[in-house]
Amino acid sequence: MFHAPTQTRTLAERGFAPITRRSFGAGTFAVAVALVGGRAMADQTAGGLPVTPGGEVDPGLFIAIEPDGSVKLTCHRSEMGQQTWTAMAQILADELDVPWEQVEVVQAEGHPRYGDQNTDGSRSVRWNMERLRLTGAAMRTMLVAAAAERWGVDAGSCRGENGVVTGPDGRMAPYGDLAAAAAERALPGEDEIRLKDRSEWRYIGKPVASLTVPLIVRGQGTFGIDMRLPDMVYAVIARPPVVFGSVASLDDSATLEVPGVLRTVRLASPEPPALFKPLGGVAVIAEDTYAAIRGRDELIVDWNAGPNGGYDTEAFVAEMQETARQPGAVRRDRGDVEAALASADRRIAADYVVPHLSQAPMEPPVATARWDGDRVECWACTQAPQAARSTVAAVCGVPEENVTINVTWLGGGFGRKSKPDYVAEAALLAREVGRPVKVTWTREDDLRHGYYHAVSAQHMEGGLDSEGNTTAFLHRTVFPPIPSTFVPGAETPSWGELRLGASDTPFATPNLRLETGDAPAHLRIGWLRSVANIYHAFAVQSFAHELADAAGRDPKDYLLELIGPPRLIDPRDEGVEEYDNYGSPMEDYPIDTGRMRNIIETVAGMADWGRDMPRGSGLGIAMHRSFCTYSATVVEVAVDDEGRLTIPAVWSALDAGTVANPRHTAAQIEGGTLYGLSNALYGAITASGGAVEQWNFPDFRVMRMNEAPRRMETHIVESDAPPGGVGEPPTPPAAPALTNAIFAATGERIRRLPIFSGDRRDRLAPRDQS
Amino acid sequence: MRMTLNINGTETEVDAPEGTPLLWVLRDRLGMTGTKFGCGIAQCGACTVHVDGEAWRACVTPFDSLEGAAVTTIEGVAGPEADAIRAAWAAIDVPQCGYCQSGQIMSAVALLQGNGAPDDDAIDDAMAGNLCRCATYMRIRQAIKDAATLI
Repeated sequence: MFHAPTQTRTLAERGFAPITRRSFGAGTFAVAVALVGGRAMADQTAGGLPVTPGGEVDPGLFIAIEPDGSVKLTCHRSEMGQQTWTAMAQILADELDVPWEQVEVVQAEGHPRYGDQNTDGSRSVRWNMERLRLTGAAMRTMLVAAAAERWGVDAGSCRGENGVVTGPDGRMAPYGDLAAAAAERALPGEDEIRLKDRSEWRYIGKPVASLTVPLIVRGQGTFGIDMRLPDMVYAVIARPPVVFGSVASLDDSATLEVPGVLRTVRLASPEPPALFKPLGGVAVIAEDTYAAIRGRDELIVDWNAGPNGGYDTEAFVAEMQETARQPGAVRRDRGDVEAALASADRRIAADYVVPHLSQAPMEPPVATARWDGDRVECWACTQAPQAARSTVAAVCGVPEENVTINVTWLGGGFGRKSKPDYVAEAALLAREVGRPVKVTWTREDDLRHGYYHAVSAQHMEGGLDSEGNTTAFLHRTVFPPIPSTFVPGAETPSWGELRLGASDTPFATPNLRLETGDAPAHLRIGWLRSVANIYHAFAVQSFAHELADAAGRDPKDYLLELIGPPRLIDPRDEGVEEYDNYGSPMEDYPIDTGRMRNIIETVAGMADWGRDMPRGSGLGIAMHRSFCTYSATVVEVAVDDEGRLTIPAVWSALDAGTVANPRHTAAQIEGGTLYGLSNALYGAITASGGAVEQWNFPDFRVMRMNEAPRRMETHIVESDAPPGGVGEPPTPPAAPALTNAIFAATGERIRRLPIFSGDRRDRLAPRDQS
Repeated sequence: MRMTLNINGTETEVDAPEGTPLLWVLRDRLGMTGTKFGCGIAQCGACTVHVDGEAWRACVTPFDSLEGAAVTTIEGVAGPEADAIRAAWAAIDVPQCGYCQSGQIMSAVALLQGNGAPDDDAIDDAMAGNLCRCATYMRIRQAIKDAATLI
């Protein structure tokens, strides 16, 4: 087993500032432990991606102990099913040492004082476990000190446990009784705080039940779409079909005849860059959502297409493939790939294409806004409340201090709700209408006006020697980069996207090169669960399998050989100019091939890899590191003679270091893997004439219950390494494990996703009967 | 138009434009937000309610077609099957984001009311109309089987 090096740096070196502030009111004890966001900020700018708004000053996480002993944790991350409420509470409750039943979670509004609130990048636990532990431990220290002073004894003879401080003679005082006195005390220094040993943990790492589920099973809890305000009206918006298009002419007379419709509102179209600005169009304001939808159906609008009206995905993919077949900009280089390819005993090449995708959370984007003078209060299902705040301020022309963003539960996010354009729409409309407005995106709006996963083309070449060893590995990747959403004309794959599974390919091949080609964006490009890891893992892990096949070797054994011996890798040693390691320090989170080897062997064992498979059945394997976590998947497929594909079983192993909650980590492995399989099987967004062609779930198909595997086994590697990401890492290996399995079952190599598209809506090519 | 609907056993006065789907009457006119919007065309099941005990997509059911019918929503669904489903759901934390789960639970309760011991095929048949983007499918299947043993 290989573990990350022991953390030996001081708290200050790890980015922690001294405890800086506390506040308290009527008998309430509150304290903030600050984390200086400077390092995270620098990482966010890597590759031209935008600075995390609001992460710069006084980031704190607030805890309040009430006189009755109840503990309120203000959770600054958004709850979208990853169980961040439960995880944050587990961590806090453990170090504070309080009974679980006394912990109550309060959702933070969007504000710079909380530090980074962007709930994406699989980093809520990764970036906050240590910080929350310190917060809880600091408070426990102060409660103990308050009790010791009251009793006139040495603090070292007292202990805080299970919501009670116990003195040397067995005297006891509940935390609630001590809260007011503790609040008067000086904040403890770093050397006064003792974190528990992990053997003492009561909640961290335990399968604690979800705090949200008891509400969910009764239809309770407030999602963004559930917000209701007195005097509120409802809006849907007809947006330009093409990004940066605009209204040429409008006839809303029939709309205004629809019962329940109140009025329409024209919204200005934005100028590039897209940022998180609303797309413009025509809003229909009505007494209920359905009247607004019906009213929109009756609009007669002529649209100007604007600069993106010529975008056709099919032609664009062909161009990108052409680019990918030409030499590109070298972004990582080891040895001499050209010479090694030229002298190889055998050469193979393959091209891979992954389409645009839509996040398609079950709850579409929704936001509600209400103005009071020049101040606006918004309620939204947002992953990025600080960006929502700054966007609303910029779009409405008011100072950020005048904007309040309340965060509801999210009915899924998957990256779509990291872009708060819809919150700004609500704010604009509420000001125009003079009443609170809820803007609901229909499913058609969600699929047609999104921030899409980038379409990509990749070209791979490999050289093998006479013994079947890979001596050269060339990876060329071409995709419209996410920075295009923020910087006009950005066409070059950013370092921030290459580090998502391309610049850190862990192969020990003596000659290895990564190249990129440029591609302009014609849709808004944005994050989708695991982002560029999806297409990079698909190409790298598919091609690893193709190399194994060329060498006549077992794919699992060959993958291990490509990865090579246990060691630590730093891509910056090989010409990678920026590698931010997902915003976590390389010292704590190295790229460790030993951990890769371990999960490959683990998942292979789970699947009984190497067993004889019936005709038409096959196993496929893939492994990928992302978000500082190692994930490996084996998929079993069965293909009948008519080409009908089923997935009888999936096995997944995850090494995420220390996990906050194994039950919910397993749930993310299950869900993240199936999300990846769903994309690979069915997912595709296409555009013609600049407009997205898909409209609803019939043609943006997603996995259903009857298409899910009947059997799925997950395994979480026991580890005391620092916590890695959990929500995204299971997704990338799913697609290549599936297509590798299809190859094993049928001999058909799928290099273009989705698997079912065009004339193959439901089945693979019929099998050769011979 | 004005009408009286029987919702969760209560006669409820409703005033909405003719043809408005039950979903929006529940959510926007009555403030019963447990029933969710996902697609508007009966493709995702997030809006599933019971009409006279059968699973029904509220997003395509005009409220004015429901005179005399008994409508049950997630807020009101009760009985041994509902209790068992809720308990089984909570026991293994089926939901992730939870948004589709009102509909999942309504479909699952209807399934158990008609079939006390559904196998995988029966579960898949009954639940295929309920999408979950968090892909909680493995746990839904397990929890339905667990619930069947609890009744």
